[in-house]
Amino acid sequence: MKGPVNVLFCGRGGQGVLTASEVVGWAAIYTRLHVKKSEVHGMAQRGGSVESHLRFGKEVVSPLIPKGRADHLVPFDAEEGKRLSSFLKPGGNDLLPYLKRAEMHLPDKKCLNIYMLGALSRSLPLKADVWTAAIKKVIPEKYLAQNLEAFKLGREEKI
Amino acid sequence: MINKKIDFLSGDEALARGAWEAGVKVAASYPGTPATEILEYMARFKEVDGQWSVNEKVAFEVALGASIAGLRSLYASKHVGLNVAMDPLMTSAYTGINAGFVIVSADDPGLHSSQNEQDNRLLAKMAKVPLLEPSSPSEALAFAKLGFDISEKFDIPLMIRLTTRIAHSKEDVLTGKRKAVRPRPFKPDIAKYVMVPGNAYRRHLDLEKRLVKLKAYSEASPLNRIELGNKKIGFITSSASYLYAKEMYPDASFLKLGMTNPFPDKKALEFSSKVKELFVIEKLDPYIEEHLMMLGIKFKARHPSFRIGELRPEYLPYIIEGEEKIEDVSGIRKPVLCPGCPHQPVFQVLKRLGLVVTGDIGCYTLGALPPLEALHTCICMGSGITLFEGFKKALGRNVVGVIGDSTFIHTGIPGLINLSYNKTKGVILILDNSTTAMTGGQAHPGTGITLKGEPTRKLVLEDVCRVCGAENVDAIDPFKVKELEELIKRRLSEEKLSVIIARHPCRLLEKRSAK
Repeated sequence: MKGPVNVLFCGRGGQGVLTASEVVGWAAIYTRLHVKKSEVHGMAQRGGSVESHLRFGKEVVSPLIPKGRADHLVPFDAEEGKRLSSFLKPGGNDLLPYLKRAEMHLPDKKCLNIYMLGALSRSLPLKADVWTAAIKKVIPEKYLAQNLEAFKLGREEKI
Repeated sequence: MINKKIDFLSGDEALARGAWEAGVKVAASYPGTPATEILEYMARFKEVDGQWSVNEKVAFEVALGASIAGLRSLYASKHVGLNVAMDPLMTSAYTGINAGFVIVSADDPGLHSSQNEQDNRLLAKMAKVPLLEPSSPSEALAFAKLGFDISEKFDIPLMIRLTTRIAHSKEDVLTGKRKAVRPRPFKPDIAKYVMVPGNAYRRHLDLEKRLVKLKAYSEASPLNRIELGNKKIGFITSSASYLYAKEMYPDASFLKLGMTNPFPDKKALEFSSKVKELFVIEKLDPYIEEHLMMLGIKFKARHPSFRIGELRPEYLPYIIEGEEKIEDVSGIRKPVLCPGCPHQPVFQVLKRLGLVVTGDIGCYTLGALPPLEALHTCICMGSGITLFEGFKKALGRNVVGVIGDSTFIHTGIPGLINLSYNKTKGVILILDNSTTAMTGGQAHPGTGITLKGEPTRKLVLEDVCRVCGAENVDAIDPFKVKELEELIKRRLSEEKLSVIIARHPCRLLEKRSAK
């Protein structure tokens, strides 16, 4: 692994942007990597734009991903994804197609964030058991079953 | 490693953790983005007597009192919160402390959730207190621990300045054990703690001596370190700005400042002599820049546009080129009042009645946004009532003041007494959603719950309003829109001082309790 892996999550308040990013953070920690996650709280529940920068690797310096250097863009809202598309590096991985697929395939829309994580997980250098442990760490017990299911669905989604 | 554990902590959480590891016993704060999570995290530690205070002045004095009496103490607030505590802050450096006292100011460059973007490094200098600027959560933890030691060693309160990006960034942080700290004995010392003019003069002399010693500490401390790389380009920088510069120019040379008051002049001079081109990377005010100018150090200044708003790593090349900052904020969704928010019907009525509305700080400030556009001022905490009094003098009848429940308790009460005392008539609305909603739903005296979730004596707003001099006090559910409108009209038609409490719990509270 050369530089850190850069993932930019975005969406609107209440869509679980921060939770998704938190799961990746723990997955990286369980893999014994350094991780930085940057976001702004306070407006998250009032429908405003929400973005979370998540970077992990052997060394991470800035908590913010410099524009044009995101490896993965994970939008939970198509417009927000479009707004931040300039953060993606040339040839970077835009997960927008999975957002459209989720509209058809995902039964519980409340788990959209974890479904998208499942889709993202295939492109990240983190092992399957680490993902499960991270989801268990972050998601409350009573919502765990449907979220693990959504993760599996996203991970197996073919585009 | 024994007793060391990796956790995934934000700057706020790591700072609270660091204070706990340093043996802090008392912590006080009033909620405010981006500082709120410091006390929320502190609440988990049973060894710490933590509290939401009524306001920041109260919080500061509770913590300072505990420090003077012998317990390590912490005060935390957002940048503008410290304005409310300016009075004790300015004299606390004179008296000094007994057990360590750390002041945390969480600044908000970029105004993510604030009414201004003041740079509180200048307040540290004005108050003559040492200032630490962590650049990451790990440093927030380490600096908090060190801060208590510096505070005790130099008999002075110490300020730690976070910014939103540090407060709300998370990283893997190595945590440690709590240090066993014994309370220090309190010996009455009138010359030190009673700031009448003669004593204060002598304490000022002493303070300047302590600052000289602190300057020597700052010069020698590894908090301020030179990292020599490519000597063609050098950066003097602090806070998260250091990380942005390091990200974009990893091979350059750096003077990384962790302690910026007192300033390490000799280190800055030494560093500047070693590099060919020198840049200062800082957010907001030219704090470091002005100091270097005073020292006669030549550097390439940023374009003044960089004194405004946030810094991001991709802006660095523009600073190097001396270009203007170009910030693209198009398309960002602004927050709005939640669906079913109890503030909505109130503003619909106020708008329908064509009233001028003096507002305050809280979710209800969003009543100023389209399509409601029914709130016409927002300056600071408590001003919904006091600006109303000024407005009345100019506009007469068609003005009302609005304020939230937590804000009313914070600094609204003196304004209400002032209305009564100075014989002002009219209508004040308290928008009571029974929580401190904007910052995420913290308890306050009107909720009857403490920071730690324990029940306590509940402050009854109706009683407070009556004793402050309100002649009419009505409580009404704002979703009874017709009745609310009639009530406002009736109270406006009377020559009385009236308070209408529009009471309905925040929707997010309802959601949370249903879970």
